[in-house]
Amino acid sequence: MAGGPCGDEVAAVVRREWSRVLATLVGDLGDLADAEDALADAVEEAVRRWPIRGLPERPGAWLTTVARRRAIDRLRRSSAGRDKAELAGRMQARLAEVEDPMDAVDPDASLLRDEQLRLLFACCHPALTVEAQVALTLRCVAGLSTVEISRAFVQPEATVAQRLVRAKRKIAAAAIPFRIPPDSVLLERCDQVRTIIYLVFNEGYEASAGGELVRTDLCAEAIRLAELVAELLADDAESHGLVALLRLIHSRREARVDAVGDLVLLGDQDRSRWDGALITAGQAALERALRLDAPGPYQIQAAIQALHAEAPSSEATDWRQIELLYRRLRRHLDTPVVELNHAVAVALAGDRDAGLAMLDSPRLAERLGGYTFFHSARARLLHEVDPAGAGAAYRAAIAVTSSEPELRFLRRQLARAERGEEPGGPPVG
Amino acid sequence: MKYACLIYGDESGAEDMDPTSAEFQAVMAAYMAFGDKYASQIVAGEPLEASSTATTVQVRDGKVLTTDGPFAETKEQLGGFYIVEAADLDEALKIAADIPGAAHGTVEVRPVPNFG
Repeated sequence: MAGGPCGDEVAAVVRREWSRVLATLVGDLGDLADAEDALADAVEEAVRRWPIRGLPERPGAWLTTVARRRAIDRLRRSSAGRDKAELAGRMQARLAEVEDPMDAVDPDASLLRDEQLRLLFACCHPALTVEAQVALTLRCVAGLSTVEISRAFVQPEATVAQRLVRAKRKIAAAAIPFRIPPDSVLLERCDQVRTIIYLVFNEGYEASAGGELVRTDLCAEAIRLAELVAELLADDAESHGLVALLRLIHSRREARVDAVGDLVLLGDQDRSRWDGALITAGQAALERALRLDAPGPYQIQAAIQALHAEAPSSEATDWRQIELLYRRLRRHLDTPVVELNHAVAVALAGDRDAGLAMLDSPRLAERLGGYTFFHSARARLLHEVDPAGAGAAYRAAIAVTSSEPELRFLRRQLARAERGEEPGGPPVG
Repeated sequence: MKYACLIYGDESGAEDMDPTSAEFQAVMAAYMAFGDKYASQIVAGEPLEASSTATTVQVRDGKVLTTDGPFAETKEQLGGFYIVEAADLDEALKIAADIPGAAHGTVEVRPVPNFG
């Protein structure tokens, strides 16, 4: 057959199918490492065959079928005893109907959803460190390569690889189950899963290292996972709150970066470039959450984002309401970053001095000294009233950022402050 | 799957506890209740004498080095253990959380490998 996919196309298709196929294989094999090995075998075969035979109509089903065959081979070759032989037999029976992987069919959507949730709960198991949970979720559920994860966290690839190996070994050795937790611990475990999903989203949104400002694929994957959890916990307000929050933030992705890839602050964004459909979907999720009448930090944050989404401009934003919401948020989640955002809201609600005074707290400076937005927000609030102080704060921000677009933005702002020019645009990050 | 539940706790004051005191009786009763509740899953379990009775042995270059005291001098010392049978880590953690010592000390759960 002529016109098979090129290498890049094969890689893109594999990337798209990875997590779903892996989840299915973990369900079959009950072991993450075995499932990964089998999938790696299948991918190797896809790279060889698809360019010649053409892309299968259902590449995920093709990969699953080939991976199962390879897994059976591996199980039979291994000398690990009767359990594995039995498992191979069961898998063989299930595979018997499929002659050609080109004819393989996709599994039922709800089945696939459950397999992915099981994998997600194992990856976010509290017996693993948070770093390991994030890395595993990115690798196994979001399908990122080790290289991509190491780039996202600005860590050596060997460190990330070792963290993944150790975590997978613990999952296998300690028998961390691939299972949706029982009701008695489900809410607690979902809380953990939401935290990890939020970290994954943030990694995509902040894209802390490298030239790209927003990793849209990571954000989209995080939203998909949040939706899976909200589907599972249909009556849990915070799960819908997370979906709302992520959709509302992500609706601004196009406007957050300009034509040359530089950061555009919320106040300066071209609001016509916001994704209206995603805003509507975010508002719907928030309404659904609020109807459940169990307020929590994700819902409050989503409500803040909804106020931004509804405002025609930064000046016309209901900063008073946002300030009140931050005050409420701090009762649930009094982290330094929330305190920082609260201070900015206080300033923008009309009391710049009070906001700046909050930013000058030694606790904040100590905890957020390495955080770009702490310095850039301070610089922005100082810009009109104290250009020299603003300059020092811009320099502090430049010293700690590792993002190229952010760096270019901060240098422009610094130059303006040094020339005594207006900062350009309203003061929001 | 077998798991070892290693129970660590602060020993200070434990040594001179009066075995007829209500406090001691309450601890014993709690462990008895735990043992009854998980009778079908507890493979083995023993309390240990205080770490002040421990002796550490190391063989180096064929020579036996004997030292008074536990391997590591920490605030919380190993005070006893259970070996339990559980389907997976979640079940093992649930059992471990029910061990009376978990309420004031620390229980470390370690999988026991199956070399069979």
